[in-house]
Amino acid sequence: MVHGLAGILMTEKKTSALSYFNILQLGILLGVIFVKTEVARWERIHDMFMFREPRMYLIIGTAILVAGVSMRALKALGVKSLDGKTISYDPKPFHKGVVLGGLCFGAGWALTGACPGPIYVQMGAGEGMAIFTFLGAVLGMYAYAALKPRLPD
Amino acid sequence: MQPWPWWASGLLLGSIVPLLYLLGGKWFGISSSLQQIGAICTPNIRLPYLRDYDRKGGMWLLFFVSGVMLGGFLANTWLTPAPVEFLPAHYHSLTGAWKLLAGGFLVGFGARYAGGCTSGHAVTGISNLNPPSMVATACFFIGGLFVTWCTDWLVF
Repeated sequence: MVHGLAGILMTEKKTSALSYFNILQLGILLGVIFVKTEVARWERIHDMFMFREPRMYLIIGTAILVAGVSMRALKALGVKSLDGKTISYDPKPFHKGVVLGGLCFGAGWALTGACPGPIYVQMGAGEGMAIFTFLGAVLGMYAYAALKPRLPD
Repeated sequence: MQPWPWWASGLLLGSIVPLLYLLGGKWFGISSSLQQIGAICTPNIRLPYLRDYDRKGGMWLLFFVSGVMLGGFLANTWLTPAPVEFLPAHYHSLTGAWKLLAGGFLVGFGARYAGGCTSGHAVTGISNLNPPSMVATACFFIGGLFVTWCTDWLVF
């Protein structure tokens, strides 16, 4: 089922040079946002799981709302992407990994204080210890690639 | 200095989704970059998960995460009066390195097994009202809360 993503990407239109440039710029913007909002700080994630402050819940909730409302509006208006793609979402499917993998991910998120985006932010910002988080994440991905045939699907 | 207020933070973070789709034609998601990195770094690997991965189709992820790294550098160098302390002091140790390695392993393994992370499942998936993404996000929090509250003596 994880092959779904590869399938979508393969049937997708070619990504233009301009799109790549835009994607790079949006990555930069996202990196700045992650730093200035402190979403990339261990302390914020810890305080979220400790229920010490509502901040992270409010941020995630607002982000979901903004993303949902804006995409719905764009779709209703028939807006297309720069590359001419209509707005359509291919839903991620349900399988046992959603639960089992999700639990693992959450445990790692609490321990490292970083989900994948912030791992890159921390490395870029010069937090040397984040290299360990990144190495771990790459190893975890390889472990999944190796164990995939034997994991509950 | 105070971080940006939650409402501005959520608004900006959420607007990455339409911006990325309009300007780049992609749905917001970051953890698949790990699969792309694996597929690129080990081109002759036999594991189907990486062998059969569409490296060309995933190329945009490398642009995206390179940008995220660069943005982290720019913001921490010029846009903050003092560098941000991303990790608490006790993580700057040998034990800290092991914790980050083990935690990172769970992040990478878990995100790929679940088919997405906080971006692809929690933000993109839930905003598209996709039920499996809601289940995934609930499990992210169950896993995180368990580690934080039940194993705190071991990990913090």
